[in-house]
Amino acid sequence: MISRSPTVADGGAGTTPPAASGIGSWFTRSNVGLLREVALLPVLILLIVVGSVTSPAFLTVSNFAGIGQQSAALGVVVVGESLILMIGGMDLSLEGTYGLAPMVAAWLIVPIAAYGEGTDLSPYLGIVVLVAIGAAIGLINGLLIVKGRLNGFIVTLGMTIVLAGLQNGIVKAQTLFNLPPAFGYLGAASIGQLPVSLIVAVIIFVLVGLFLRYQRTGRAIYAVGGNPAAARAAGIKVDRVKIGVYVAGSVLAAIGGLMEAGRVSAVTGQQGYGEGIIFNVFAAAVIGGVSLKGGRGNMIGAASGVILLGIVQNILTLDNVSNYWIEAIDGAVILFALFLARIVGGESTAETS
Amino acid sequence: MTSSGQALVEVTGIEKRFGTTRALHDVSLSIKAGQCLGLVGRNGAGKSTLVSILSGLVEPDAGTVSFGGEPAPRVGDTARWHEWIATVFQHSMIVPDLSVAENVFLGSTPGLISWRAMRNRTSAIMRDWGFDIAAGTLCRDLSVEQLQIVEIARALARGAKCVLLDEPTATLERDAGRRLFDRVRQLTAGGVAVLYISHHLEEVFEICQDVAVLRDGEMVLAAPTPGLSRDDLVIAMVGENHAPAAQRPVASAVGHPTPDREAPGATAPGARQEGEGVVLSVENLTADSTRGRLSGVSLQVRAGEIVGVTGLLSAGVATIGRVIAGAEESSGGEVRVRGRRVPSGQRDVAQRAGVGYIPEDRHTEGFVSHLGVAENVTMTVTKRLADRFGLLSPARRVTAAAPLTRRLSLVSSGPGQPVGELSGGNQQKVTVARTLAHDPSLIVAITPTRGVDVASKELLLGSLAGVARDTGAGVLLCSDELSDLDICDRVIVLVRGEVFTEFTEPPFDRDALIVATEGIAQEAAE
Repeated sequence: MISRSPTVADGGAGTTPPAASGIGSWFTRSNVGLLREVALLPVLILLIVVGSVTSPAFLTVSNFAGIGQQSAALGVVVVGESLILMIGGMDLSLEGTYGLAPMVAAWLIVPIAAYGEGTDLSPYLGIVVLVAIGAAIGLINGLLIVKGRLNGFIVTLGMTIVLAGLQNGIVKAQTLFNLPPAFGYLGAASIGQLPVSLIVAVIIFVLVGLFLRYQRTGRAIYAVGGNPAAARAAGIKVDRVKIGVYVAGSVLAAIGGLMEAGRVSAVTGQQGYGEGIIFNVFAAAVIGGVSLKGGRGNMIGAASGVILLGIVQNILTLDNVSNYWIEAIDGAVILFALFLARIVGGESTAETS
Repeated sequence: MTSSGQALVEVTGIEKRFGTTRALHDVSLSIKAGQCLGLVGRNGAGKSTLVSILSGLVEPDAGTVSFGGEPAPRVGDTARWHEWIATVFQHSMIVPDLSVAENVFLGSTPGLISWRAMRNRTSAIMRDWGFDIAAGTLCRDLSVEQLQIVEIARALARGAKCVLLDEPTATLERDAGRRLFDRVRQLTAGGVAVLYISHHLEEVFEICQDVAVLRDGEMVLAAPTPGLSRDDLVIAMVGENHAPAAQRPVASAVGHPTPDREAPGATAPGARQEGEGVVLSVENLTADSTRGRLSGVSLQVRAGEIVGVTGLLSAGVATIGRVIAGAEESSGGEVRVRGRRVPSGQRDVAQRAGVGYIPEDRHTEGFVSHLGVAENVTMTVTKRLADRFGLLSPARRVTAAAPLTRRLSLVSSGPGQPVGELSGGNQQKVTVARTLAHDPSLIVAITPTRGVDVASKELLLGSLAGVARDTGAGVLLCSDELSDLDICDRVIVLVRGEVFTEFTEPPFDRDALIVATEGIAQEAAE
């Protein structure tokens, strides 16, 4: 029956004949994808022009190294949040993990004089503890949301408060300092002009980007976020992918927290939740075209979102905008950038379809 | 359509392009009050585009739409548009958490709502048209058929003079479909015009006075139905180069045996004689499901055999397919695939055990709409395609998908085209290709031809039969579409979650099947 079936020309609305499936259509298709991926480029160029006009210090290697170092920690958290958004979830508690994980690790490492716990743990073991804490928080979130069928918003909001409370509770709102060099290396060291944190962040972006494009679990993330029922029907272990992504996201947040702790050579009770970094994390991801509905987004977009926020922050600082006003202006710029990203990228961030 | 009265809805010379694709070319159509006009055409022929234009959602590039001789309101002015024409879409547009009255007046309530007036007017409409649904009921508590009535009532409440029904029987059981026909006749008798869109030609012959056929965006036939035969319509839909329908088993008039039934006829008896492996054995399976419960079903499928399961929608036809495929949990009994027990409710485990699954609703389970054709088709086999680090290149996916898409004559602009952009029939082919990709030893297909045009239907069923013949896979075809069952070697009829009877010798008598699905024993049937 198959062999003598005539080729059915099911042409018409929405389809073009198969003859067109050569170079031409490949070109148009990948063009659209490419356009979306570099959607923020004009905005970035505009910002760089604005920056160099308003401040002579802007267009210098050291300034850009600074932007890189300051954005690296945020960037690593954005990678984690992007992955979670792409499976159709959300995690507000990444900012809590970003504060608590380095806090606990540092607390176990530094001496009592620096408000440590007194175990004087090796800094390397401390980093292992930090990663383990991140994984544990992600696992709890994932199990509650996926297996417990609780709403991700309220679970991670509750988790945020718990984590922030622990962060302040264990050291009674003190700041931990005297971090050993090995613990601070990732956030503080530089190779030549290049901050190590920037190099590591770039490596993470590239690896995760390649993972999402070429690895079967990475592809499964798109399928799970795009249509979980279809992914399940195709034999994908949807629950496992989701929980795994929550774990990975929290581990990345913990590593981001380690970078930040190294950069400022201390862990404060404010790191993460107190600074309210989660808005910037969501903003960078969404500006970069990661869909809040799941299934869409890529690391090039997420990275450009991070760079955009970093440059805005930098311009505001260089231009001596009053500290009292910097947050309001920063917030307004982010809202404007979200609007621009919507226009350029065409991706709606609205909840309704 | 010679007009005796004035046309209620008239479109002339409609043109519509989407990018480089011509969706409609010089389409004209007119509907008079009290007329029921059938609109048929294959997937991708332009029906959906015409529906969108008639519903005031899409503006044509050229041509005019007029209502009662006046030009139509501008596109987007839905309130005024609805005074003339209202569409009951394939996918329910009902808000489940609102009451019937609220849904009937959805979007057309005044600023301040008088609940009593709204309920009274809803009750009045229901009463006038002989519908029996209480205005205060929550829509989530209604059946599919009742939801459709609410949508029709919504159209009537807005005073629509023409009702557009888009595939209205696709989700209805046979009896409910019959009652729908009565309602359509009632509407036309009351002076309402009905535009009836359907893949089921029998329905068109039954209730439409006239029929219009779209092919490749052009209106190729518009004539009164009494002067036409079924083959006339099929030829108009498919074009002249279509092999006469009677030679093909599936499209042949239902119930007529065709001597050259190659696939199942040739292999299955042989397989049975050799006692070759039972691929599926189900023992005393029970399940509680919203789709219809199972109360102790046992059955077997052998290699290369195509077994049909049919019955009313509530009889558990979809449930048994879903449970065997691992998409739903059972509450008792066991499923064995090639002798190995498969735990219930774990789709990934069932797939690894060799169960392919073509789900009943392709929109919710069949594909990921923004991912490409090749990616969707190979979604079941990423493990096989990937290297030992789990890496797989897009090029490998494209290569792996190509033979399958070719086999099913899937039409797309390329392997990267998002499946959401394809026509309904091609989307279904993606779902089928995804299943064939992992070389299943058992294929569970649930209503695989729903919403698929005649030619694609043949192709899909033909490919299932071909796979059974070529690879020795067993097929469990769960469908309430009796014409699907023509490819089966045996048909099991479920009634209220139990095996009622089994038809073992094709061809199956359509009337006997219908009687059996109703649970009426018929000694003469076997």
